[in-house]
Amino acid sequence: MENIYLIIVLAPLIGAIIAGFFGSTIGRAGAHWVTSVGVGISFLLSFHVLIGLISGDRQPFEGTVYNWMVAGGLQFEVGFLVDRLTAMMMVVVTFVSLMVHIYTIGYMADEEHNWPKESLAGVNAYQRFFSYIALFTFAMLMLVMANNFLQLFFAWEAVGLVSYLLIGFWMNRPTAVFANLKAFLVNRVGDFGFLLGIAAVLMYYGSLNYGEVFTAAAANPNLTMNIFGAAEWQVATVAAILLFIGAMGKSAQAPLHVWLPDSMEGPTPISALIHAATMVTAGIFLVARMSPIYELSDVALSFVLVIGAFTALFMGLIGLVQNDIKRVVAYSTLSQLGYMVVALGASAYAAGVYHLMTHAFFKALLFLGAGSVIIAMHHKQDMREMGGLKKYMPVTYWTMLLGTLALIGFPAFSGYFSKDGIILAVAESQRVGATFAYVCVLAGVFVTALYSFRLLFLVFHGKERMDHHTREHLHESPLVVTVPLVLLAIPSVLIGLITVMPMMLGDWFGDAIRVLPANDVLASVAASYDSAWALVLHGFVAAPLYLAAAGFATAWYLYIKRPDLPGRLQQRFSLVHRVLEKKYWFDELHLNVFAGAGRGMGRFFWKVTDAGLIDGVLVNGTARTIGRVAAALRRSQTGFLYHYAFVMIIGLLVMLTWFVFGAR
Amino acid sequence: MLESSWPLLSLLIWMPILGGALVLLLGDERESQGRVLAMVIGLATFLFSLLLITGFQPGTADMQFVELRPWVEALGVNYHLGVDGISMPLIVLTTFSTVLVLIAAWGRIAYKPNLYLGCFLIMGGIVVGVFSALDAILFYVFWEAVLVPMFLIIGIWGGQNRIYATIKFFLYTFVGSVLMLVALIYLQFQAGSFAILDMYGLDLPMSAQIWIFIAFLLAFAIKVPMWPVHTWLPDAHVQAPTGGSVILAAIMLKIGGYGFVRFSLPVVPGASLELDWLMILLSLVAVVYIGLVAMMQEDMKKLIAYSSIAHMGFVTLGFFIVFQVVVNAGESGALLALGGGMVQMISHGFISAAMFLCVGVLYDRMHTRMISEYGGVAHRMPVFAGLFVLFAMANAGLPGTSGFVGEFMVILAAFQASFWYAFFAGLTLILGAAYTLWMVKRVMYGPVANEKVGALTDVDGREKLVLALLAIAVLWLGLWPAPLIEIMEPSLEQLLQLVMAQA
Repeated sequence: MENIYLIIVLAPLIGAIIAGFFGSTIGRAGAHWVTSVGVGISFLLSFHVLIGLISGDRQPFEGTVYNWMVAGGLQFEVGFLVDRLTAMMMVVVTFVSLMVHIYTIGYMADEEHNWPKESLAGVNAYQRFFSYIALFTFAMLMLVMANNFLQLFFAWEAVGLVSYLLIGFWMNRPTAVFANLKAFLVNRVGDFGFLLGIAAVLMYYGSLNYGEVFTAAAANPNLTMNIFGAAEWQVATVAAILLFIGAMGKSAQAPLHVWLPDSMEGPTPISALIHAATMVTAGIFLVARMSPIYELSDVALSFVLVIGAFTALFMGLIGLVQNDIKRVVAYSTLSQLGYMVVALGASAYAAGVYHLMTHAFFKALLFLGAGSVIIAMHHKQDMREMGGLKKYMPVTYWTMLLGTLALIGFPAFSGYFSKDGIILAVAESQRVGATFAYVCVLAGVFVTALYSFRLLFLVFHGKERMDHHTREHLHESPLVVTVPLVLLAIPSVLIGLITVMPMMLGDWFGDAIRVLPANDVLASVAASYDSAWALVLHGFVAAPLYLAAAGFATAWYLYIKRPDLPGRLQQRFSLVHRVLEKKYWFDELHLNVFAGAGRGMGRFFWKVTDAGLIDGVLVNGTARTIGRVAAALRRSQTGFLYHYAFVMIIGLLVMLTWFVFGAR
Repeated sequence: MLESSWPLLSLLIWMPILGGALVLLLGDERESQGRVLAMVIGLATFLFSLLLITGFQPGTADMQFVELRPWVEALGVNYHLGVDGISMPLIVLTTFSTVLVLIAAWGRIAYKPNLYLGCFLIMGGIVVGVFSALDAILFYVFWEAVLVPMFLIIGIWGGQNRIYATIKFFLYTFVGSVLMLVALIYLQFQAGSFAILDMYGLDLPMSAQIWIFIAFLLAFAIKVPMWPVHTWLPDAHVQAPTGGSVILAAIMLKIGGYGFVRFSLPVVPGASLELDWLMILLSLVAVVYIGLVAMMQEDMKKLIAYSSIAHMGFVTLGFFIVFQVVVNAGESGALLALGGGMVQMISHGFISAAMFLCVGVLYDRMHTRMISEYGGVAHRMPVFAGLFVLFAMANAGLPGTSGFVGEFMVILAAFQASFWYAFFAGLTLILGAAYTLWMVKRVMYGPVANEKVGALTDVDGREKLVLALLAIAVLWLGLWPAPLIEIMEPSLEQLLQLVMAQA
């Protein structure tokens, strides 16, 4: 029973090791085969596990793989917990990863052009890339399969490491190596909170094993602790907020979102895999997994709700003014992650996780589609230099259109169910902040449709604005690129219809997600709709569809009908435009205020306290006095100092030896 | 106590010392014989030290491999050696690091090569002596003797400003140890013997305890080093040759940390409890303040030196939060704290050695340590870059590497003492990543910065061997620290009992 889980995680790891260490021996084909087969095996077995869990042939598994250490009587172990929540994540991760592996074969085909000639690091870059994405798959699987906080943190940082390596993959680009450092450091800010959260869990719940922690938390829901003076804080609130700070880093919630748009400096396949479909959703998974703790604290959930709502609307707005095709999709990802977080904050964990799944399919599709466009455009990403690509790239266009319809929540598409579920759930929620969140997610629907169709129209419709040379070479991408697009388009369209009732509105996740009856907003939603088609019908009469239609119409009017208007609007509303273009000055805040203060303090401590005070006054003052004395002594001994010293020490040691072994 | 049937510890001390003397006596003309002989001795010492692991009885806190002979009977001074779970791993770390330095120096030292190798062998033997001495005077002799080879290593093979660095180094450490000798003599009067274990459990008045604690503190804090007596370390590192830096960081600093667990905590637990706030404060200053200073360094060696101080802050933090942890959360957290401090010492031995060797690799080629003169090194040295990034990540405490284990344990335990201790200690997650990876970015990544970088060649077999050995050590300890903890824990448990019974 346990072996299948080991094979699932080890198959990609072995592929990564072979491709990484023996890349030059096995060559390019060897590298992409060994990693793709490894991930393929993982996918098939994960799917098998999921089917087994659904049919009931297989029971949820929990077990230890090995003991990392035992200290102070506490077990720190590596182990697996595979229930339906985990199995679903495993399938999503391995499926998207497999698609990305195949796609990469096409995307990185002319990889050597990205490296300067003298670069030896560029020689095996292709193999190294496959090694990294397979390693990422391993780490991500370890993350979702963990049964304890230690392993969770391990994998959490491991996916961060691979993300760091991949954002900076083209290391000759200064922007890329700035972005990867930024990503790592911002994530570390989140991990700082995360680690403190784990420490709180260990201290008050006495274990790091999920099951034991949840039992202990439920047994003492009103446990309190002191942080500032004698004020009592509920432990569950503190732990939940600290853990959520970790989730804010990884899932890029404001104000820790600043790394994600810059992460687009990495190659597009990893933007799809890591920075859209899987790694950035780790925070969503985390909160869902920890639902027994979050349910104990309304304060923490309100915090989650407000952060998510802010991200959902305001990051979407920035997407409206971006001209880089990948950055539009990136801000869309931020906004959609915000939707998921809103769901978590409203106690609609199943809806959050469900949106995670549908989003993984259609956002990976959109990113890979954007990548396909970028290949055709010879790695130019500015949408102002595109236009009219529809006729050159029909497969890319149609699959991206399907992805866009899923993203904006067109009824019956997968994204419709998950997003509508979130909106309905927030409407039901009585939690503090729910009204703000409701406004944000509704307004977000309009914004989503606007930036999505703006992208589609700018890239695929209208005038062909690229230069002559690029236009001559325009053509559809090869099969290794388009087949993954098609394979991702299928679930993007259909998965909702098939699974929404059990997964989002039913009790599909079972014990994996626990909601207090009083908070169970999804149950009240479920009471109104008895089938997926009922939900679809509701979609045609509810506000979101009309908001989306308004977004579509606006985009059409501005970018097809009157392409001269956006420029004039920009001048008319220059203040708004500037605020959005500057991304609310979050980058400046981080760079100048926080990082700047750190650098300033570092320089002060170094130059003033260390060099000036301690060394200048205390040490050297003493040393000068002694130095004068020593100078006199040195004159008589110059050149023989080390002889003296050695004679002294060897003499001493010989005496010691003599006393001990000689003179008994 | 478990007597040893043959004097293994003596062998580990005297074989390198006498062998080192032999290498010295060969003279510097016979360079190739000298390095072979040194390597044979270093390797043999390391292999013999592995017998400490295989022959070690886990599950007991008793001293093992004990040797006891009278030395200066008139004063009651004995030649008394033995190891427990605290000292044994440090001895193996010492013999391992010595081998690494010998490999790294293989054929690379132009000036007085045999004197250089001899110094390192002798140094290794003396440090084993420090870790295995169970007699206070024997400990003191080894403790002071360590200074001599290190003084020579920096003074002879050091950089431009070596005289300043050696004087500073000597001044600091000498001042520190003299007071310790006074304390040890006072303790002999109280305990009636120089045996360190007899000094445990004395019922000393608090005022005496405080004075003894301060005497020990000066000696140990300077070696660790703790803020504000740390400023000798960056200078010593910058001036020291690569091997000197490796030994300094990997082993010398550990003597200070070892002193705290062997002397301060068990000998004067009352004073340790009384002054734990001071120790915690200084440890947190090391983590935050020194972390910020490290970030701004322009010289790679200085940066790593400051990062060493910040990392050693976790050692002292782990040792001195135990009192508050026990009060708040019981003994299991306190064991986590002590164990974390110990693991951090071993781990820092691997990582700092690796980082300094990496800088040495670059310095050998470029003859500069200034970060600004590098950029895009990874393009020319991909294998080296891979190893460098691994060690940098370990330095930043990435899980899966040894750097994570100790910090993780200490932060978990610190939370049980106070939220704010964990908060400030936890800042290392951000600061450690900032200073290490910012350096990585500026040195390794980006376009090739200049022609000198463009002409770099990747690591050769010898360099690869040294770094690969350390990489294995770093990963092994990070992925499976259980065996190390198992060796240490009984001794730490006994230490905790001893401390808590009195404090």
